[in-house]
Amino acid sequence: MSYTDEQLTTDGLNADTTGARVLLVACGALAREILALIKVNGWTHMDLQCLPANLHLTPEKIPDAIEAMVVNARDTYDDIFVVYADCGTGGLLQTRCDELGVTMAEGPHCYSFFEGNEAFAAHADTEFTAFYLTDFLVRQFDSFVWKPMGLDRHPQLRDMLFGNYEKLVYLAQTNQPDLDTLAEEAAERLGLVYERRYTGYGDLATELAKYA
Amino acid sequence: MSDEEDDLILSELNDEELVLQMMDDLYDGMKAEIEEGVNILLERKWTPYDILTKSLVEGMAIVGVDFRDGILFVPEVLLAAGAMKGGMAILKPLLIETGAPRLGKMVIGTVKGDIHDIGKNLVGMMMEGAGFEIHDLGINNSLEEYIGALESEGADILGMSALLTTTMPYMKVVIDTLVEQGKRDDYIVLVGGAPLNEEFGKAIGADAYCRDAAVTVETAKELMAKKHNQLSA
Repeated sequence: MSYTDEQLTTDGLNADTTGARVLLVACGALAREILALIKVNGWTHMDLQCLPANLHLTPEKIPDAIEAMVVNARDTYDDIFVVYADCGTGGLLQTRCDELGVTMAEGPHCYSFFEGNEAFAAHADTEFTAFYLTDFLVRQFDSFVWKPMGLDRHPQLRDMLFGNYEKLVYLAQTNQPDLDTLAEEAAERLGLVYERRYTGYGDLATELAKYA
Repeated sequence: MSDEEDDLILSELNDEELVLQMMDDLYDGMKAEIEEGVNILLERKWTPYDILTKSLVEGMAIVGVDFRDGILFVPEVLLAAGAMKGGMAILKPLLIETGAPRLGKMVIGTVKGDIHDIGKNLVGMMMEGAGFEIHDLGINNSLEEYIGALESEGADILGMSALLTTTMPYMKVVIDTLVEQGKRDDYIVLVGGAPLNEEFGKAIGADAYCRDAAVTVETAKELMAKKHNQLSA
């Protein structure tokens, strides 16, 4: 399967059906990680379809987009798992998944389940001035952060947008020195202290394993 | 923007043209031009209140509508807000001197654990522009800070803002504490923030969920009027 981060950001991923029993409906920002887990675990009974990752810029549109994908696919699969956390929908995605009768991932957002929801919640009171990036967000920093926030056109907005943050924490799913360098550069561009924390796939792996 | 517009001399425009031009400049986030426009209108003996409401607030309301409709995005709104702030800085001391109408006092801040204050700042500015007095608590506020400020400031309205799904439940903690202390009916409680919705506002016992700064202003005016009517009934 060939795809670029740009495609995952703006188009999502519509893999051909393979006769698999389980469909994973996921965010494009998780595509590489999910496909890696499918490959390493030999979960050939799982298909993956992704919505564009940039839906996160308008989270209110996520529930309708998920519903359309679920309704379209439900006759083809025995089970559908929505690999989205709440992702800024304020509980509306959970409500919609309940109405559709499908399960979704636990946690407030992907940073949380990559680190592990329990571990993330444990430092929520002390780390709320941290801005998080994942592997995908490091690679797509310009598309997801710099440009949508207008910093390419109006760099003077940086402190208005990020002035309350203190550090950028790169939650790394993989050990790739080039991503580490990019993340550190991102921190510098935002004027934040840099910290790297290796998480691996965290709760994403355990959630998907339930469908193994 | 065309060269012709670049060459515009604001002081040569009549009042009506100038106000329209100021709305355009506000929309485009042109702070220096807004400050110049405000000063010209002051020289022409406009009252600070009229300048504020007829040029800045109306202009910012258009920005708000276009943001809601997906025509403008956060950066453009911030630039417009920065321009309005420039105009407000000139007008604020004059508004106090001239005794512009005050509609009520609002304590506002983001909730504990939440540092995202863009929406809160926009609401504060628009409320101020509409004639409300604002006591801004800033970011990361505990229930003690909210309730303490409501009392010490003699406020009418509490405004709480949150951007995170993880922090928005704290609004209920604040409201529940107001109820426990028998103070809930003393204040109008307005809540807002990207992950919130009307259902959430109702569920936590707020008076209203406000989806943007313009709606907050309208809701606050409406609820303050009701409160006055109840008191005088």
